[in-house]
Amino acid sequence: MAETSEIEKHQYDVVVIGAGGSGLRAAIAAHEAGAKTAIVTKSLLGKAHTVMAEGGIAAAMGNRWPEDNWEVHFRDTMRGGKMLNNWRMAQLHAQEAPERVQELEDWGALFDRTDDGLISQRDFGGHRYARLAHVGDRTGLEMIRTLQQRAVALGIDVFMECTVTDLFKDDSGAISGAFAYWRETGTFLAFEAPSVVLATGGIGKSFKVTSNSWEYTGDGHALALRAGAALINMEFVQFHPTGMVWPPSVKGLLVTESVRGDGGVLKNSEGKRFMFDYIPEFFKAETADTEEEADRWYDDKKNNRRPPELLPRDEVARAINSEIKAGRGSPHGGIYLDIASRRSAEFIHKRLPSMHHQFKELADVDITKEPMEIGPTCHYVMGGVEVDPDTELSGIKGLYAVGECSGGMHGSNRLGGNSLSDLIVFGKRAGEAAAAYSSGLEARASIDGELERAQAEALAPFDPKGDENAYTIQADLQQAMNDLVGIIRTAEELEQSLKEIERLKERASRLKVEGGRAYNPGWHLSIDIHNMLLVSECIAKAALARQESRGGHTRDDFPGPDPEWGAKNLVLTLNSAGDGVDLAEKPLPVMPDELKAFFEDK
Amino acid sequence: MAETTQLKMRVWRGDDQGGGLEDYTVEVSEGEVVLDAIHRLQATQAGDLAVRWNCKAGKCGSCSAEINGRPRLLCMTRLSDFEPGETITVTPVRTFPIIRDLVTDVSYNFEKAAELPGVALPPRDADGKRRMAQIDVERGQEFRKCIECFLCQNVCHVIRDHEDNKPAFAGPRFFLRYAELDMHPLDTHDRRELAQQAAGLGMCNITKCCTEVCPEGIKITDNAIIPMKERVVDKKYDPLVWLGEKIGIRNKDNDDREAAPKRQKSSVKRPRARA
Ligand SMILES: Cc1cc2nc3c(=O)[nH]c(=O)nc-3n(C[C@H](O)[C@H](O)[C@H](O)COP(=O)(O)OP(=O)(O)OC[C@H]3O[C@@H](n4cnc5c(N)ncnc54)[C@H](O)[C@@H]3O)c2cc1C
Ligand code: SF4
Ligand code: SF4
Ligand code: FES
Repeated sequence: MAETSEIEKHQYDVVVIGAGGSGLRAAIAAHEAGAKTAIVTKSLLGKAHTVMAEGGIAAAMGNRWPEDNWEVHFRDTMRGGKMLNNWRMAQLHAQEAPERVQELEDWGALFDRTDDGLISQRDFGGHRYARLAHVGDRTGLEMIRTLQQRAVALGIDVFMECTVTDLFKDDSGAISGAFAYWRETGTFLAFEAPSVVLATGGIGKSFKVTSNSWEYTGDGHALALRAGAALINMEFVQFHPTGMVWPPSVKGLLVTESVRGDGGVLKNSEGKRFMFDYIPEFFKAETADTEEEADRWYDDKKNNRRPPELLPRDEVARAINSEIKAGRGSPHGGIYLDIASRRSAEFIHKRLPSMHHQFKELADVDITKEPMEIGPTCHYVMGGVEVDPDTELSGIKGLYAVGECSGGMHGSNRLGGNSLSDLIVFGKRAGEAAAAYSSGLEARASIDGELERAQAEALAPFDPKGDENAYTIQADLQQAMNDLVGIIRTAEELEQSLKEIERLKERASRLKVEGGRAYNPGWHLSIDIHNMLLVSECIAKAALARQESRGGHTRDDFPGPDPEWGAKNLVLTLNSAGDGVDLAEKPLPVMPDELKAFFEDK
Repeated sequence: MAETTQLKMRVWRGDDQGGGLEDYTVEVSEGEVVLDAIHRLQATQAGDLAVRWNCKAGKCGSCSAEINGRPRLLCMTRLSDFEPGETITVTPVRTFPIIRDLVTDVSYNFEKAAELPGVALPPRDADGKRRMAQIDVERGQEFRKCIECFLCQNVCHVIRDHEDNKPAFAGPRFFLRYAELDMHPLDTHDRRELAQQAAGLGMCNITKCCTEVCPEGIKITDNAIIPMKERVVDKKYDPLVWLGEKIGIRNKDNDDREAAPKRQKSSVKRPRARA
């Protein structure tokens, strides 16, 4: 067994795990508040998921529609989440997003402009006004590069290709540090730090058809559970309506919602614009019911209602699923997304350059000439660490969570563009809170007693007695989650999925790794797979318990929303044996009357 | 269902101590890219094969390698680009030191990034917003499409063939960044001196190899390096300045800007030891 004396040790006031938009923003805030700050990331700097975001950042700046303000954005967000959102987070988010976006501009971001030279804003599903600040269809790249360049210019320490496997706590139960390995060498390092900010992103790699990368193994979710924090909203997984379906190699790859925001429509194999058949009662009053009205809306929002293609994502994904099931799908099992017949080639090149490139290069399809074939893909997890809305502090002292790995903000369904804004609004808040907490402490706890256990756990997959391959277990889990915990769910299948997860857990206790410790993806996956399994169990358990359909959770056996369920969250914590999760119900925080008023009549 | 075939591949395996090409045969199907084949190798035959990737959509710039000797993104190179039966050889990018297999040490690029002073804008307008014309931001936007795949850095002969030039040469990716900041409609710094002295702009002899490999199609030489060189010698070649003078859009006066501050050291950390 390796000596713990070889473990690198580092001391910081604040350690941020994750270098996506939320982690970078948190680190900048902590640094600016005077904390000695480190950023730790599994990938190279600038490669986190945020780089892939396409459409835009939602912020009620009112640059296109002066009628827009935080109250309208707040209302849209709550309605999109089917009122299950933490109201306070939704309020802070809507109020602070405009200033956070303008701050990106101060730091060098070059957004597309309106004719008056202001930051341009585009239409997206569920948003009443054109509200998404954007750069063509590569907004995430602009965000991550801007924040990365800012963090580097400030001289914040960055540990890249460095994966955190464990969190440490002191005798009082507060955070005392984190344990990690360098991917390059397989050597270990430990951080002594009273504040840790989780900014690790999502869980989508547990599903077979997904827009998410290898990084999305739910590490932050699992680290939080193991440290004793709680997760909420885990049953709500967003299936984005438009992922590529062909060729198989790119199945699941995202097709941005901007295609619809910029005029694209959905058609079935009979050429019918079918979304008009799927307008739910909840959104009838604000949705166009004829093609003529829908088409007029793009230019005249005052006198027309929104096209049904721009309903929230859960509605659109379910409709597409039904059309395919009814046999009106496209040749490769999707449906058609058509912008070619509706907008000029020049417009498409200008507004959707990366979509054009992506289809041309990967599918031999020219989207200025032909429709795209698309279908739902696992995209985003609404669920995550339960946090205090103002500070992003979890139930554990010193442990904060932001971005996709936190829960509450989006309720049962996230509106497009509300993630990028979530990252910067709550990133800043968490960084400031974490710095303030650390600076108020008198003493730092030692982590030395924890190192041996943490190291042994990380090296466990090298045990020569193992006989299971982590890649195979991962593939089996992805298939099971796709088939049994997917877009439409039933009690029977969810129960079956939980049994399957238990079987996979047993197999994952006997892993075998080929090769050594230096840059060995097989070993890395052998560590991540435990996180994937734990998080998958959370999703399946919560999905089984919630006997209603709401947002990103659709039960075939309970097709409608139920007001009783609409008043409570499901909370998951690690069980006492530490090998699974327990579930409890918890009432939603009650919205104050002055905010409730936004939902009356209108 | 998609048709499957057997693909012959040669993949460089090894580390900084040495290594060589290994032969593999792997099942692939219609529409797949080279990265799919590499992933299947990992899952079925070589669990420890090291490769970087994230987005698998040409957006993150992680998966740079040399495919049959040509610098490409593994995720954007389709198997159908090759002759049926052709063996595909995948090697790590050549200009950066090997870590393992297809993964190289790209920290040079992060050091160069840290040496570059960031944007410096004046205060916002009275209403708290900033105003820039779309045509003014478009030039910078072209450069900001860069996904930091570092393929341009990899092919630039100034460092590919001359290791000792590395300390004095930032490389095309960062000339792009100098040009972007220089052309930012509101930036207040003058970076010409720094680009010439510290970044080694003068060492570039405009071979255009960088432009040829850029997967984002950025015209690195024509639109960034050459205008930057011209600005350095103060020829006022810049078409935007010219255009700006003609139609009276906002524009910066080179002589009025403050010189950018000196470079700083990278704060990116590296492992202290090997296992
Ligand atoms: C294709 C696509 C398009 C999208 N488009 C939009 C859009 O237009 N608008 C919008 O609002 N949202 C969009 N989203 C969603 C949004 O991009 C993500 O939810 C958001 O970027 C997540 O940011 P984050 O900061 O939470 O995490 P990420 O950006 O995913 O970063 C996670 C970080 O954590 C690190 N990490 C993870 N685990 C560990 C560990 N164990 N140790 C160390 N580091 C670790 C990773 O290396 C990475 O640096 C899109 C998502 C996708 C996939
Ligand atoms: S044009 Fe200049 S920077 Fe580009 S490859 Fe040639 S020498 Fe290098
Ligand atoms: S300029 Fe092009 S080739 Fe160079 S790093 Fe950027 S995207 Fe890659
Ligand atoms: S994996 Fe992102 S560019 Fe290839």
